[in-house]
Amino acid sequence: MNFETIIGLEVHVELKTESKMFSPSPAHFGAEPNTNTNVIDLGYPGVLPVVNKTAVDWAMKAALALNCEISRHTKFDRKNYFYPDNPKAYQISQFDEPIGEHGWLEIEVNGEKKRIGITRLHMEEDAGKLTHTGNGHSLVDFNRQGTPLIEIVSEPDIRTPEEAYAYLEKIKSIIQYTGVSDVRMEEGSLRCDANISLRPYGRDEFGTKTELKNLNSFNFVKKGLEHEQIRQEQVLLAGGVIEQETRRYDESTGKTVLMRVKEGSDDYRYFPEPDLVDIVIDDAWLERVRAEIPELPDARKARYVSELGLSSYDAMVLTLQKPISDFFEATVKAGADAKLASNWLMGEVSAYLNAQNKELEETELTPEGLAGMIKLIGEGTISSKIAKKVFKELIEKGGDPNKIVKAQGLVQISDENVLLEYVTNTLDANPQSIEDYKNGKDRAIGFLVGQIMKATKGQANPPLLNKILLEEIAKR
Amino acid sequence: MAKMTKEEVIEVAHLARLAITDEEAVHFADQLEAITNAMELLNELDTENVEPTTHVLPLVNVMREDKSIEGLPRELVMKNVKEHEGGQVRVPTILD
Repeated sequence: MNFETIIGLEVHVELKTESKMFSPSPAHFGAEPNTNTNVIDLGYPGVLPVVNKTAVDWAMKAALALNCEISRHTKFDRKNYFYPDNPKAYQISQFDEPIGEHGWLEIEVNGEKKRIGITRLHMEEDAGKLTHTGNGHSLVDFNRQGTPLIEIVSEPDIRTPEEAYAYLEKIKSIIQYTGVSDVRMEEGSLRCDANISLRPYGRDEFGTKTELKNLNSFNFVKKGLEHEQIRQEQVLLAGGVIEQETRRYDESTGKTVLMRVKEGSDDYRYFPEPDLVDIVIDDAWLERVRAEIPELPDARKARYVSELGLSSYDAMVLTLQKPISDFFEATVKAGADAKLASNWLMGEVSAYLNAQNKELEETELTPEGLAGMIKLIGEGTISSKIAKKVFKELIEKGGDPNKIVKAQGLVQISDENVLLEYVTNTLDANPQSIEDYKNGKDRAIGFLVGQIMKATKGQANPPLLNKILLEEIAKR
Repeated sequence: MAKMTKEEVIEVAHLARLAITDEEAVHFADQLEAITNAMELLNELDTENVEPTTHVLPLVNVMREDKSIEGLPRELVMKNVKEHEGGQVRVPTILD
């Protein structure tokens, strides 16, 4: 029997506001434990939460960017649970009137476009961070308690682990463009839980789903789903049944392991939050927020294809991360050819960032520097080979490519007379190579070019050198 | 009129993390049944066209600007904490 995989994702995104969702304590990552809290976060008796207006603006902005309908009347609800990460014993969340509903985004997998529905986007507060020490106790840091969160729930429209990966990349990209979050999974400002079930092809109702947790990178989401897909298939083919359970992805083994079996649905006893009044969003508020949304990745991608003549794939890769896309546009604006700028960013720049594990903004490279270097190649002042040297200097130390080229004597030798002298000297010194070449050993030419490049410190203009070399050999 | 069982009382007590004995569960079942039945009377009213009242005051959009105020000094935070370690609160491990 063949099964169809059904995946739904729940994504939590921390908003990078200055203060918390319901209290004025600072909402920043990386502070000393328990230094960014106050009586509201700590759930002292008699304290009252007050809604952070910017957090509502930004939740709305994210919802609009994800094509959601905005609820004109929205409110907060209490979700009751006992766990040491939350001293209030309830989380303020949204239950039946989320700020955004019925959204969607478009993904592309293997060249095929697909629309994934977004059921809802709601506002809530984050909980504190627990560290299990492994010897019977855990340590709690309440700095994160109360940080504004949005939870984005997808429709069960995702059919493969690859689609899940593409969906996450797209959410991250869109939210990054809106500027409301850092969306850094390694810092916990973007988190993901996955629901997965299988059903025989052709059946309408869904099978029993399991929930995957501890998915700490997009890659782990993909791998966890791949493993769970196979596990469920094997259980079903063996005549077993899937239990509704929560499973943890184990990074070291690549497998999912049982955390707990869910007995019935969780009973959070939601009720309207009595300490907060409702929120009514009028046209003026909605339009103000809508006007703040910048050009989003899909629109940029379309523009790169139609206006700059890039391929659809290149445009997609370039627009995925806003800093790269912004850098690209500034480079083109500084006079670089779009296709060359795109090649450099997707090639050398990207390779450097991966190797050094750095973000583009952490390097010294500027759009003007890159554009200047690309122009020097175009004008024939430096060869592509020398450009790699200049590039290394630009990305590590910065500066003006023209000055670097002059100061380091990297200007390409395109003077035929100068090159001829090098060619003549080299040929005089290597009669055997000429002989070899004439006897059909093409490799001899490579040796000769290598000798001349060495003598010119790599500055000989390669096509010109080749031309002169062949002409001179023919004369001998 | 709804019937409140001992099992339902035990379930509700568990959700509120209240430790009760079987005898207490039976005892409270009768009382809770009386209370819920009294509340059921409200269902006789037709509320079809009545908006839910979550707040009695006619207020909406009470919000503050996104300005932060420095957190409490950690020594103060730890004053009501039973056990702490390295600036963190120490609790028994409960795996989610």
